[in-house]
Amino acid sequence: MAAQELTGAEIVIKALVDQGVDTIFGYPGGAVLPIYDALFQQNKIRHILVRHEQGAVHAAEGYARSTGKPGVVLVTSGPGATNAVTGLTDALMDSIPIVCLTGQVATHLIGSDAFQEADTVGITRHCTKHNWLVKSAPELARVMHEAFYVATHGRPGPVVIDIPKDVQFEKAEYAVSPHITHRTYRPRMKGDIDKIREAVDLIANAKKPMFYTGGGVINSGTVASQLLREFVRLTGYPITSTLMGLGAYPASDKQWLGMLGMHGTYEANNAMHDCDVLINIGARFDDRVTGRLDAFSPHSKKIHVDIDASSINKNVRVDVGIIGDCAHVLEDMLRIWKSKARRPDKAALADWWKQIEIWRDRKSLSYKTNDEVIKPQQAIQRLYELTKGREVYVTTEVGQHQMWAAQHFHFDEPNRWMTSGGLGTMGYGMPAAIGAQIAHPDALVVDIAGEASILMNMQELSTAVQFMLPVKIFILNNEYMGMVRQWQQLLHEGRYSHSYSDSLPDFVKLAEAYGATGIRAEKPSELDAAIKKMIETPGPVMFDCRVDQLENCYPMIPSGAAHNEMILGDDPDGASVSEEGKMLV
Amino acid sequence: MKKDETIERHTISVLVDNEAGVLARVIGLFSGRGYNIESLTVAEVDQAEHTSRITVVTSGTPMVIEQIKAQLDRLVPVHRVMDLTVEAKAVEREMALVKVAGTGEKRVEALRLSDAFRARVIDTTHSSFIFEVTGAPDKIDAFIGLMRPLGLVDVSRTGVVAIARGPEAM
Repeated sequence: MAAQELTGAEIVIKALVDQGVDTIFGYPGGAVLPIYDALFQQNKIRHILVRHEQGAVHAAEGYARSTGKPGVVLVTSGPGATNAVTGLTDALMDSIPIVCLTGQVATHLIGSDAFQEADTVGITRHCTKHNWLVKSAPELARVMHEAFYVATHGRPGPVVIDIPKDVQFEKAEYAVSPHITHRTYRPRMKGDIDKIREAVDLIANAKKPMFYTGGGVINSGTVASQLLREFVRLTGYPITSTLMGLGAYPASDKQWLGMLGMHGTYEANNAMHDCDVLINIGARFDDRVTGRLDAFSPHSKKIHVDIDASSINKNVRVDVGIIGDCAHVLEDMLRIWKSKARRPDKAALADWWKQIEIWRDRKSLSYKTNDEVIKPQQAIQRLYELTKGREVYVTTEVGQHQMWAAQHFHFDEPNRWMTSGGLGTMGYGMPAAIGAQIAHPDALVVDIAGEASILMNMQELSTAVQFMLPVKIFILNNEYMGMVRQWQQLLHEGRYSHSYSDSLPDFVKLAEAYGATGIRAEKPSELDAAIKKMIETPGPVMFDCRVDQLENCYPMIPSGAAHNEMILGDDPDGASVSEEGKMLV
Repeated sequence: MKKDETIERHTISVLVDNEAGVLARVIGLFSGRGYNIESLTVAEVDQAEHTSRITVVTSGTPMVIEQIKAQLDRLVPVHRVMDLTVEAKAVEREMALVKVAGTGEKRVEALRLSDAFRARVIDTTHSSFIFEVTGAPDKIDAFIGLMRPLGLVDVSRTGVVAIARGPEAM
């Protein structure tokens, strides 16, 4: 390795290039001017200028989730860094690899309440996987490479590197390899083979088995999805997935029961409850899935494959916990299954599928349509039908539209579905769509949004126009914060406190003001043509889809209920929620 | 599904990189997740390797203790997490500086009791003593309890340090 003397800013650029980065999302400021100057004088890394630092982090998340590569963010000190906090917390909750570079005031000014100074490392300590304050240029290259390692190894997550301005000017040698061996952080990839054997035995002897998969399969990589498909098809067992895991297993396959959880399908939730062997691959028994913990899947033996040891036995006691990467563990499971020529109990399995079909016949996702008003589920179904066969990437905001998108848009491939699951950040979808479009310039990228959510990061439409990104913002406009209103209907006797979207802009005019295209659909008869026009329009489009204002999202497990106690429709008597249930989000 | 609900007290020894912010990270983990810190000590233990040892006494149900250890273990600067209550026979020690003010009978009694605890007098005036007492935490608790009616003024405790018995490194 030839040792070169570079400024801190040049070291940052070189380290990014050595890590294979070609795109960063950012917003300039005083404390990062040296890095921006270095960026200006090179052309290996493309910089996407956002309009709010939160947008930069969500865009990096969309980029990361749609490619499997880490997303890179560059923001300035003080408010730049604090604006990024929501995005970083979102990435931490959903395990998205993000490397966030923040500028900082010069080292001799730290702690003096200088202009645009914030204790970035202190503030982001608990919303990142790890963070660093680089105090001198000689350590900068090593920290950069260590940061990429930490963000992408083990359970992925966001990291922050805080770089003071004088360090960006200071010269130092760049004599480090991008491949580092970390002293302390060496996550376990291969599972304990004895535990895997025990798990395979349980799986083979199951009479009512159930695969429960999550975001961990997506994070592990496309190989994990392929191995999962092979294993599930070999066993013939039913499979469900969390919100974050959609696409790991094809939704068009007959073994797919639909998403489970608070707004999951009737068959998926009942099967989880009644199963005798629960095979969790890369999911974390989140409260949206389990419902009341003491009534969760009470008769099953549970197998949990997770790369994060702290995830195992955190909420739910499992019988076989396997720490390891999904792909590695699935590979071992398949090998053992095939070598022992395991064959599941055909008769028991047939009975189990019979029961599942009875649940499926309930058609829990069905809804009534009419000629006057567009139903939100209908809008999503038509969108799905009219985009089938294309390379489509879907992001969402948060709320009812997000749940309807998960229910009615069917994913057959991983990395096509980007949503804020763990943190539930409204305003995630539009910048995430921008990030996904940057990564896949020729694909169709759609942000399914609500009219309340889309206003949170509306400014990013400017970014889409600047970089000619043909993202389609599909707004299900019901003039309410739908999910909040639904809960207020259920729990607070219909007192819709501040959940009405007052003073909405005319989205079509707003789109045109930004230099994009605006389209509106108000009646079911207009829907298909308008969607087709949206798809065929080159350039960014804002689609204002007026939908039924009081439609509720079903099925629903009300808070505090067991996961097989679902409400399937509007109950004339009003559903009741227990006192404990009211305390839960 | 029955969970074991008994609250247990565990002494956990964490070997970490001696980096700025590592202690803040560990403490933030406990406070952020609502875990209990009964006592915490930290100091550098190996200058060449730049490692420090944090000894935490915490309490919770067995499932919570397992979570605490797993959460600590996945922190990036953590080398090793060892549960000294479970994994090894360990010795625990704590030191306290105890100020007792009084005259006459109470002063004499305080000095006599301090002998029984093998405490040392490290400061004295005509109306006060400062005792240095070392031992297991409950010995310290007992000493302070006995000094309370005799004019206890101030206590400064270090918190528990612990080390595994036998020849192996932790």
